Amino acid sequence: MNTLDALDNESLRSDIPSFRPGDTLKVHVRVVEGTRSRIQIFQGVVIRRQGAGVRETFTVRKVSFGVGVERTFPVHTPVVDRIEIVTRGDVRRAKLYYLRDLRGKAAKIKEKREPAHR
Amino acid sequence: MPTNTKGLLGEKLGMTQVFDENNRIVPVTVIKAGPCVVTQIRTPDKDGYSAVQLGFGAVDPRRVNKPEGGHFAKAGVTPRRYMVEVRTRDASSYEIGQELTVETFAAGTTVDVVGTSKGKGTAGVMKRHGFHGLGAGHGTQRKHRSPGSIGGCASPGRVFKGLKMAGRMGNVRTTTLSLTVHRVDVEKGLLLIKGAVPGPAGGLVLVRTAVKGGPIAEVSA
Repeated sequence: MNTLDALDNESLRSDIPSFRPGDTLKVHVRVVEGTRSRIQIFQGVVIRRQGAGVRETFTVRKVSFGVGVERTFPVHTPVVDRIEIVTRGDVRRAKLYYLRDLRGKAAKIKEKREPAHR
Repeated sequence: MPTNTKGLLGEKLGMTQVFDENNRIVPVTVIKAGPCVVTQIRTPDKDGYSAVQLGFGAVDPRRVNKPEGGHFAKAGVTPRRYMVEVRTRDASSYEIGQELTVETFAAGTTVDVVGTSKGKGTAGVMKRHGFHGLGAGHGTQRKHRSPGSIGGCASPGRVFKGLKMAGRMGNVRTTTLSLTVHRVDVEKGLLLIKGAVPGPAGGLVLVRTAVKGGPIAEVSA
């Protein structure tokens, strides 16, 4: 146990589902406009998860009107209202940077087949 | 010097990040500060200046020599490992034996942090003084990180004193000015200070009221 773990644990969230690169997520983001705040959904593929503990971040990529958009969130940020998993992806890399060079159907990620037993 | 400087000795625990009320990430240094005890009060009448002397940290009683032990006994406190004097005009408002905790500082106040920087050993001029070195190409051979010329030839016929050269770097007293106290954890005795402070984790640091800004604006207003 490290010295500052006790302090970091205060910032950690326990309501984050487990997800990994290749998964498609709906990230419900709190957006503050002036005095009122609303929820905005950012849906896309997780292309990376890096760091550990309170510093861990993940990057979601989506293609919006033909333009690739990537947003990086800290996993434990209070900005994210909740995370919804749409599909589990079947990928063989931890960092899916190759998706940036692909368009359309080629950029589609195979859905993971759940093991029959369990 | 601000009228009422407050000071506190502590141990730097390291850096981490926290989220503030706007959900923004704030990089903070965590300092386990205090409890400090007032061991002596300096007065202009007796000592020629006004200050409070603070003691901090546990020490093995066998390591305390007679003069030191006597000094602590006079103040009526158990011996402490580290001592520091904080120059302040309101020294008379302190009492000998008084305990100071992190409550000394409130969240949002600006402080200076004094520590001993990490030793870097013998360092070249690029690292030590921020020189740019010589070019990477254009015929530069085996001299990419050298300082270049260090002065004239027959006139002045010597190298000027104080010229910036390679040598021992770090492990000196360093002050970081005007940092903001992000949060105070009274229960655990922690100060969360926004930004970096000198020294390694586990190093001794002095946190005191910032010398710059603050009261001066009030005087002119």
